[in-house]
Amino acid sequence: MESVNHAEQTASEVAARAGLGEDEQYQVAMAVREAAVNAVLHGNAYDPGKRFVVAYETRVDALVITITDQGKGLDPESIPDPLQPENLMKGSGRGIFLIRAFMDEVKIRNTNPGTEITLIKHTGRNAANPKEEEAQ
Amino acid sequence: MSMKASNRQVNGVTVVDMSGRITLGEGSVILRDTIRDLVGKGQKKILLNLGDVTYIDSSGIGELVSAFTAVRREGGELKLLNLTKKVHDLLQITKLYTVFDIKDDETAAIKSFAK
Repeated sequence: MESVNHAEQTASEVAARAGLGEDEQYQVAMAVREAAVNAVLHGNAYDPGKRFVVAYETRVDALVITITDQGKGLDPESIPDPLQPENLMKGSGRGIFLIRAFMDEVKIRNTNPGTEITLIKHTGRNAANPKEEEAQ
Repeated sequence: MSMKASNRQVNGVTVVDMSGRITLGEGSVILRDTIRDLVGKGQKKILLNLGDVTYIDSSGIGELVSAFTAVRREGGELKLLNLTKKVHDLLQITKLYTVFDIKDDETAAIKSFAK
């Protein structure tokens, strides 16, 4: 989980540098944390030989974060809605929901093998400072 | 900041003071073990004081739900006390705010448990 915590911390710092406010930094960091947890748990299935990669790109008007794993892939259509009464009291299944709630745009792509999830938060400012890092 | 939990008894209610982060891994496990331990000892009136919980992720939310259902299954009650704005907002967007009995005054919360 160290890599997940690191991704969360880095996301918060990148969001701050992109000019996002404190609440939005928290939202971005939480979304990255949830995506990283999904990558480690559901994507890479805790396989230490597999990696997830978090790429940060600060565009003119948005912060774009891409998280990719090396797992078996995720079908976004198959994700249950945690707000449905039958799912409300479940002990899991809220990660993607929170990501969608906290980001302006979310794209999930099956990369065969693996999943790529792109998180976009609009910043409305000019900047260019791409950064990429790997975590195991 | 890692999570800490300590228990105290107030008029038959176990108040669990939690602090730090309830996230996947350590935080969630401490919460789960704490609740399991209390229920195992027959302590079924539980007030989770989340006033010093700085952060909670989806795993932590799931753990709160599991704690709630575990205590209820044993015929007990689990209530939440002193939510921070972040935790409050998370429970609202996940539609769990109305599921949990949420209090902001400890004395009133203690009194609200069935005698």
